[in-house]
Amino acid sequence: MRLMQKIGSWFDQRLQLGAPIRETMEHPIPRDTASWFYVFGSAAMTAFGLQLATGILLALIYVPSANEAWTSLQILNHQVNLGWFIRALHGWGSNFMVAIVLIHMIQVFLFGAYKFPRELTWILGVFLLLMTLGMAFTGQVLRFDQDAYWGLGIGASIASRVPLVGPPMVTFLLGGPIIAGATLSRFFALHVFVIPGMLMLFMGLHVLMVLKLGINEWPMPGRLVRRSDYLEKYHQLTQADGVPFVPYGVWKDVVFSGVILLCIAACALYFGPFGPSGQPDPTIIQTSPRPDFFFLWMYALLSLLPPEMETPALLIGPVIALIVLLVLPFVSGEGEKSFKRRPIAVLTILLLAVGLGEFTKLANHAPWSPVMDASGSVPVPSKFLKGRTALEVQGALVFQSKQCHNCHSLGAFGGERGPALDAVAVRLTGDQLVRQVIQGGGNMPAYGKNLNPAETTALVAFLETLHPSSQTAAQDASRGLQP
Amino acid sequence: MSMSSGGVSRREIFLKIALAFNGAVGVLLGVPVVRYLLSPVTRGRKPGYDSWISLGSINQFPSGETRLATYRNPVANVTDGETANIPCWVRNISNGKFQVFAINCAHLGCPVRWFPKSGLFMCPCHGGAYYADGSRASGPPERGLFEYRFKIVDGNLHIQAGEMPTPGPSALIQIKRLPCA
Repeated sequence: MRLMQKIGSWFDQRLQLGAPIRETMEHPIPRDTASWFYVFGSAAMTAFGLQLATGILLALIYVPSANEAWTSLQILNHQVNLGWFIRALHGWGSNFMVAIVLIHMIQVFLFGAYKFPRELTWILGVFLLLMTLGMAFTGQVLRFDQDAYWGLGIGASIASRVPLVGPPMVTFLLGGPIIAGATLSRFFALHVFVIPGMLMLFMGLHVLMVLKLGINEWPMPGRLVRRSDYLEKYHQLTQADGVPFVPYGVWKDVVFSGVILLCIAACALYFGPFGPSGQPDPTIIQTSPRPDFFFLWMYALLSLLPPEMETPALLIGPVIALIVLLVLPFVSGEGEKSFKRRPIAVLTILLLAVGLGEFTKLANHAPWSPVMDASGSVPVPSKFLKGRTALEVQGALVFQSKQCHNCHSLGAFGGERGPALDAVAVRLTGDQLVRQVIQGGGNMPAYGKNLNPAETTALVAFLETLHPSSQTAAQDASRGLQP
Repeated sequence: MSMSSGGVSRREIFLKIALAFNGAVGVLLGVPVVRYLLSPVTRGRKPGYDSWISLGSINQFPSGETRLATYRNPVANVTDGETANIPCWVRNISNGKFQVFAINCAHLGCPVRWFPKSGLFMCPCHGGAYYADGSRASGPPERGLFEYRFKIVDGNLHIQAGEMPTPGPSALIQIKRLPCA
């Protein structure tokens, strides 16, 4: 034991870190903050540590070359002992890290922790969120499969819309004229060197400020923040009712971090690694690229925005969002901290959560995408064929062979790009159906060039049978007058 | 430590000179670094990445049909692997009249597929659709499919390609289009 002490003091004489570490451990925190609500920041850091460790392990095998990356992932999945598990840990660790960072941010926002004097801590936190999302996106690119390839194409197409510098910026981002070897190499450099380096620096400063300024006290309704006396009051609070950070505050952090690591490991073990999906060969076009979970809402948004609004929304939206986040601590740097007295803050979070959640749910289901193989794989339900005339059945064949089913559903089967046609005859008369089929309109292409008169007649005859037995088909009132 | 008349020490002046010297060295080193970083852009802007490339005999593309063709991108190296194999849609309107479309949807670049029965190109991502002649039919795209310039040399179909088309302001493939076809 004496030997250990001797070795310890030998090091401390040279490093001189013992005193500041002891000071940090013993610094008083408000008693209320030794809470289960205050564990997310440290958990995000733990998740980052796991990403760092598993990332280095993956780099032992992974080859950042467009020619070999996909194969090296297959080797990791199938040939290297437990390579699949390390990949799964890294993939699930990424999802957990994004989720924890978001929860951390929501908690900080609702507890008013961004207010004076912690404005800069919040601003660094905003950049840490951006970097975390940047890591998630670049990581998805390194999983160099079909989704990664076409995802890069989507990123390039968005970047190209920036006025003036768009196209050269695309070439710069891709490292060349097409998505290829140079593209993967630069995303590798971003994912492995640039962003993690910045992330560590910012994380260090972020934590340093939390320690220097003290953890945000538990928000009490009615206890207002004022720049003039906040520091003094906080000091009184920690002196009068403070407890040392170690062990009072930290033990919950440690437990929660352990639980998170265990959850990541459990998900990795149970669900396994993410992909890779098909190889990144652009000539394989039978693919439906999908982004990873945390970018699904964007995928939905890009499908649902009206075309003319899309470019402004894509280019201006993120800038506004970033400015709002950065300006927030200056606009509302004082006043009420408790979410119990900040209804707009709570509603904002709820609105964002519901909105993003709904977009994510829609993206999982993607009703805007035609079902590309519906005409070959989704039959017309038999109830729409029973008791129909030969012409009407012929119309059903046209419906199927002309791929109407890719966008229109019948009996809940088929695409949802256009409206379901189960009761279309109630809404449109025969003449209106002919017009709609031939000329298109709304969001429907015109089929005039692809249907001959016989096919159109049969198709419309079939469509006119599509109404519930309790409702009659729509009729042209002017025709009814004729004898 | 001798003070100069203005109250600024010799060492302070030395430090300023040293900093200025390092700044100059930094600029000197910065120029090649920036040029290195921008090389994909500057290279592309001088001669351009596009060049004429053969898709093979025109006999592969029957009249009245639209077929998938692939080519090796004219700018490619070994590490690109299969990513430099680029597909495109060739439409033979009738003898000698062609349209060659980029695979990339004019919305956000996903690969469009041709459906001969309904005569439409459909995109699997966000639901864009185009008619057989590449014009916009429905969905989020703001324009028709990108077209390559083409020429027929000794019975072979050549297209001018090399750069992935994007819907940005100067993705001018459509405007550059020859008055042929």
